[in-house]
Amino acid sequence: MHELSIAQSIIKIVTQDMPKHNLTKVDSITLRIGEITQIMPDALLFGFECLSKDTSLDGTKLIIETVPVKGHCKTCGQDFVFEDWPHGCPECGQTDIRIISGRELEIVEFEGS
Amino acid sequence: MRVHRSFGEVIEIKISLVKNILDANERIAAQNRQFFAGKGVMAINMMSAPGAGKTTLIEDTIRSLKNELNIAVIEGDIQSTYDAEAISATGAQVVQINTGGACHLDANMINETLSQLDFNPVDLLIIENVGNLVCPAEFNLGEYCKVMLLSISEGDDKPLKYPLMFYESSVLLINKIDLLPYVDCSIEKIRQESLKINPDLTIFEISCKTRQGLNDWHDWLKAERLITSNFKNKS
Repeated sequence: MHELSIAQSIIKIVTQDMPKHNLTKVDSITLRIGEITQIMPDALLFGFECLSKDTSLDGTKLIIETVPVKGHCKTCGQDFVFEDWPHGCPECGQTDIRIISGRELEIVEFEGS
Repeated sequence: MRVHRSFGEVIEIKISLVKNILDANERIAAQNRQFFAGKGVMAINMMSAPGAGKTTLIEDTIRSLKNELNIAVIEGDIQSTYDAEAISATGAQVVQINTGGACHLDANMINETLSQLDFNPVDLLIIENVGNLVCPAEFNLGEYCKVMLLSISEGDDKPLKYPLMFYESSVLLINKIDLLPYVDCSIEKIRQESLKINPDLTIFEISCKTRQGLNDWHDWLKAERLITSNFKNKS
């Protein structure tokens, strides 16, 4: 349910940045969202649609890039992508793993005129 | 920034931003963290599903440590003041936040309550988050660390179902272990799967009913409190 707060933050960040670039209309906003974050893309899209209605972002498309969970095994030094986080290292089976990506919650770019 | 120019047409502009969506929350969380450090207060963010026993544990902790630590509490609930009333009965300072529907506390809500507590005598601030295993894990409040409770009646599948909360927490309190004879739950499974998600997690098994394991929790709080007050002396 916190997708609504996330959508609100996206709208705030982009609308505050628009005047700096003399933009009046934004066609798309690209997000990078890590798989660990438990954000439901559909809920985020729906929340964004509801909150952006009648604002300068009404009709703006959200493009969501999902970032897979990557780990670094502290035992054997292997870096790998988790197919289903969490599980042990695919090389050595040990579970002492540092997460190196998958926690992202970022706006990467937006495009408009 | 990349500009696509085409004569006589609208100019399409692409702006690279790379900004954390929760940046505003992070900034206020940093202010809160600085405030707590300045007051020499250790703040913990306590999270769990509804009914895992957060309020009961906080009441018990205040009473058990009343001669050793001065504890204040910020209570987060969607509505009602039940929890704040229960805490107030222990004699501790308490502020209730009603989120009015929001499923988690954020740094700004904490920031707005700071003026309502007298932090001068306070050693430890416990922030009781809204009961929810998903959303609170995403919002830093400026706490020293996150502590989560999982009661065994919720089931041993919770670490794999809600991994972010286990990933973000420093401490896991496995609560209501007195119910073990009556529920199908493997504490060993909870331990193993939680540590797979977060190898640095400190785990305590407790029961507020039988008082089993509570001494270890109290010792941990006192030891961490010493570490945080040393930070203050150093700075």
